[in-house]
Amino acid sequence: MSAKYLTTIGLEVHVQLATKTKIFCGCAVEFGSAPNKNVCPVCLGLPGSLPVLNREVFRLGLKAVLALGGEPSALVKFDRKNYFYPDLPKGYQISQFDHPLGRGGVIEIPSGGATKKVRLNRLHLEEDAGKLLHDQLPDSSVVDLNRAGTPLAEIVSEPDLESPEEAYEYLASLKSILRAVGVSECDMEKGQLRCDANVSVRKNVSDALGKRVEIKNLNSFKAVKAAIEHEVTRQSAALEKGEVLTQETRLWDDDRQKTFVMRSKEEAHDYRYFPEPDLVPFSVKKEEIAATRAALPELPKAKGERFMAQYGLSAYDVQILNSEKEEADFFEACVKRYPHPKTLANWMTGPVAAYLNAKSVEFGSLGLKEEWLIGMAELVESGAISFQAAKEKLFPEVVEQKKSPRDVMKEKGLEQVSDIKQLEGWIAEIILANPKVVADFKTGKDSAAMFLVGQVMKKSQGKANPIKVKELMSQKLARV
Amino acid sequence: MNQDLSRLTAAQLSELYRKNACSQKEALDSVEKNILVRDRDPRHIHAYVPDRPRCPIHRKADKASPLWGVPIAVKDNICVEGLETTCSSKILKNFIAPYHATVIEKLLDAGAVVYGQTNMDEFAFGSSCETSCYGPTRNPRDPERVPGGSSGGSAAAVADHTAFAALGSDTGGSIRQPAAFCGVVGIKPTYGRVSRYGLIAFASSLDQIGPITKDVRDSALVLGAIAGHDPKDSTSADVPVPNYTAFLGKSIKGKKVGVLSDGELKGLDPAVRGAAKEEAQKVMERLGAQVVEISLPNMKHSVSVYYIVAPSEASSNLARFDGVRFGHRSKEARSLLEMFEKSRGEGFGAEAKRRIILGTYSLSSGYYDAYYLKAMKVRTLIKRDFDEAFKKVDAIMLPTAPSAAFRVGEKTQDPLQMYLSDIFTISANLAGVPAISLPCGFDETRTGKPLPIGLQFLGRPFQEEVLFQTAYAYEQETGFHKKIGNVS
Repeated sequence: MSAKYLTTIGLEVHVQLATKTKIFCGCAVEFGSAPNKNVCPVCLGLPGSLPVLNREVFRLGLKAVLALGGEPSALVKFDRKNYFYPDLPKGYQISQFDHPLGRGGVIEIPSGGATKKVRLNRLHLEEDAGKLLHDQLPDSSVVDLNRAGTPLAEIVSEPDLESPEEAYEYLASLKSILRAVGVSECDMEKGQLRCDANVSVRKNVSDALGKRVEIKNLNSFKAVKAAIEHEVTRQSAALEKGEVLTQETRLWDDDRQKTFVMRSKEEAHDYRYFPEPDLVPFSVKKEEIAATRAALPELPKAKGERFMAQYGLSAYDVQILNSEKEEADFFEACVKRYPHPKTLANWMTGPVAAYLNAKSVEFGSLGLKEEWLIGMAELVESGAISFQAAKEKLFPEVVEQKKSPRDVMKEKGLEQVSDIKQLEGWIAEIILANPKVVADFKTGKDSAAMFLVGQVMKKSQGKANPIKVKELMSQKLARV
Repeated sequence: MNQDLSRLTAAQLSELYRKNACSQKEALDSVEKNILVRDRDPRHIHAYVPDRPRCPIHRKADKASPLWGVPIAVKDNICVEGLETTCSSKILKNFIAPYHATVIEKLLDAGAVVYGQTNMDEFAFGSSCETSCYGPTRNPRDPERVPGGSSGGSAAAVADHTAFAALGSDTGGSIRQPAAFCGVVGIKPTYGRVSRYGLIAFASSLDQIGPITKDVRDSALVLGAIAGHDPKDSTSADVPVPNYTAFLGKSIKGKKVGVLSDGELKGLDPAVRGAAKEEAQKVMERLGAQVVEISLPNMKHSVSVYYIVAPSEASSNLARFDGVRFGHRSKEARSLLEMFEKSRGEGFGAEAKRRIILGTYSLSSGYYDAYYLKAMKVRTLIKRDFDEAFKKVDAIMLPTAPSAAFRVGEKTQDPLQMYLSDIFTISANLAGVPAISLPCGFDETRTGKPLPIGLQFLGRPFQEEVLFQTAYAYEQETGFHKKIGNVS
């Protein structure tokens, strides 16, 4: 593509609030129950039933508003959003229209080596709909209303995001904040965080914003990024060809990695919002806001700053080990028992992060115990095992077999070899096998020595004491 | 037992129970016998939903309770567990309510026997009980005439001695106007006084359930049993319920009663003016009350406001009748959209469709401000009128309806005329204040039988006891409940 287009992105995120029961009835909020098990006249929308607000939803919502730096509404009021769909039992969704629970707020994200502030427009509370299942019966669809009435907070950003990467970072930061304050688990697999993206492109900063396209059905962070990338490319290409874009809603197809038109602006719903007469608006006391604010746990940003100051960690360390609350809490608990924060941080950003990445799992589901990590750090510090062997061999075994590091080390024979004779034997073999590299070293190529050390480590299956190998290698090479 | 038990009031029946002078079965048999006799009458009153089995529902309760053993009929829009509850609409045919409305729970806890479901205007949309999918109910005082609506079946059953008492619901006059047309007593309580849980909603911000009874004492008894806070209804108020019957017989000497000037009471039938204004003022003065002229300057807008607000809410409340989970589903539909359209098209009657369209229009983007929002502002003004008035008076006295019962079919082709018959009842719903209607005379100017005329007292929020006290004094002074034949 010849011309470079400017991208404008706004995200609408629905997060499931972590309550035990639904927003307007006492039914359990459970993932994976048998269909239509957690239902009652209220969430089924049976004639004559009435909603009663679960106060916990309001409390969690208020926490979220404050954690995101928003201004809580003085009045809590609900409205009806009217539309027909088989998964919407009442024919309307109870939501908040003109008095969202919170307005404004900011999420800070890393962007191009700096920190960028993304403004929030609003946060409002609403109920979730049920789910249509199309694969149960041969020629009809069925409805599962377990999810109907699940409490949601919809968080709408301002159109401040300018790239798919920023959108990704925004979601990561949002998730980390909401998890830190215990408002939502934000588990995308379980549909606890869902995202719609509004994307437009334009040629120059001075141009008006382009036609906004809303993309729905984004079920993972990856999908958000991929869909926005695809959409930016599609829109830019269309403009390049001189086509006129229209305001529309598109659906992301994760299998085909493409977006498709769902409906045009003309087909957009008129939701006929009006105040929900079955719920009485109530005002929020200043004292309650102040108390909620005071009781907020430490937010990720403050925690990161504190970790840097208190434990001498780098920004890089903090970015990695502070991305999840559980991980940061785990780190801090370890530091209390083994006061070597930098060593522990290296473990978290090295072996732990590498393992999580390789297996694509979250820290919370790893099941790592403090004594295991501390044990491994101690084994390395004492020279019983090399860091490399600990990272590559010991760590995976420990978390998978759920055994103490010392036992695993012995079982698998991973102890570090510092025995001079053994080391010298390996060094001799490597020097003999690599005459050309040795010759390179002789002509002054220092990196050649590092290569040979690496070969020794490989030969020893990572067990050789690398410091000793380095020492012995340079002595040996000097004499060749 | 020689006495016709069906002609007793609930309180009188209760008195017999206390003396062990009759059994619950005898009481039930007495009304059931009347129902069967009426069923054979060619000019059938049709107070009950036809072809629906009536089975007494009761539970163990304190025998000393004043409603113990009293059969009470309920309007077909109040959910009774295990019974078909349809709002007299085809769209809800075969819908079996899986739970009891809170008022039913309360009646059963008080020992009452829930017995029979009464006919109504479809979804309570109407003032004549002619829009029911089961056909119209007729006025037992004169079967050529309507019983009023929408709780026409409940009022007709009580007037016709096929029920000792009944529950109705009132959104714009649906308890009071049929009570007036049938010559019985009906009260619309303060908004929030009675739980709406289990009442199939018409207009949520206006609906209230209330009793229709043969006299004021029964009204106080039944309301006392069903009133009170319900955690299942967020709009129900946590205000203690006084012992209403303790206020019956108390003098109203010195009480101030507000009346409207002739200028504000327009369009009254002369017979109604005579009974519910001129004569009523004399009665109140005889009772020692002070009659004061007040003004409700915005009441003239109440019908317009009501026909924006009520259909708006109704259009949304009726959205759940979509054929997906319960009720009528069209067999003709070949797509999702058709399932919605045809199920609703076939299931709703003409008046329901009219109101859904009216409400949908009022809430539509571009019209919301001009209609719904404006109506809500005027509603606030109407409420303020009442606040001002109640600074000066203890109760307001108004005719219940501009005329006595009109003829069957007289207004069905003219919805606007039909809507205007609620002009004096609607403002109490818009303002949320309580109002009671009781008989105050007859219209004998027309051919046929004398027709009852209704008088309304409106009161301050949560002061139903003042209405009972006032209405009881009026009833005892004039004795119309006896002249009409409600009480033997």
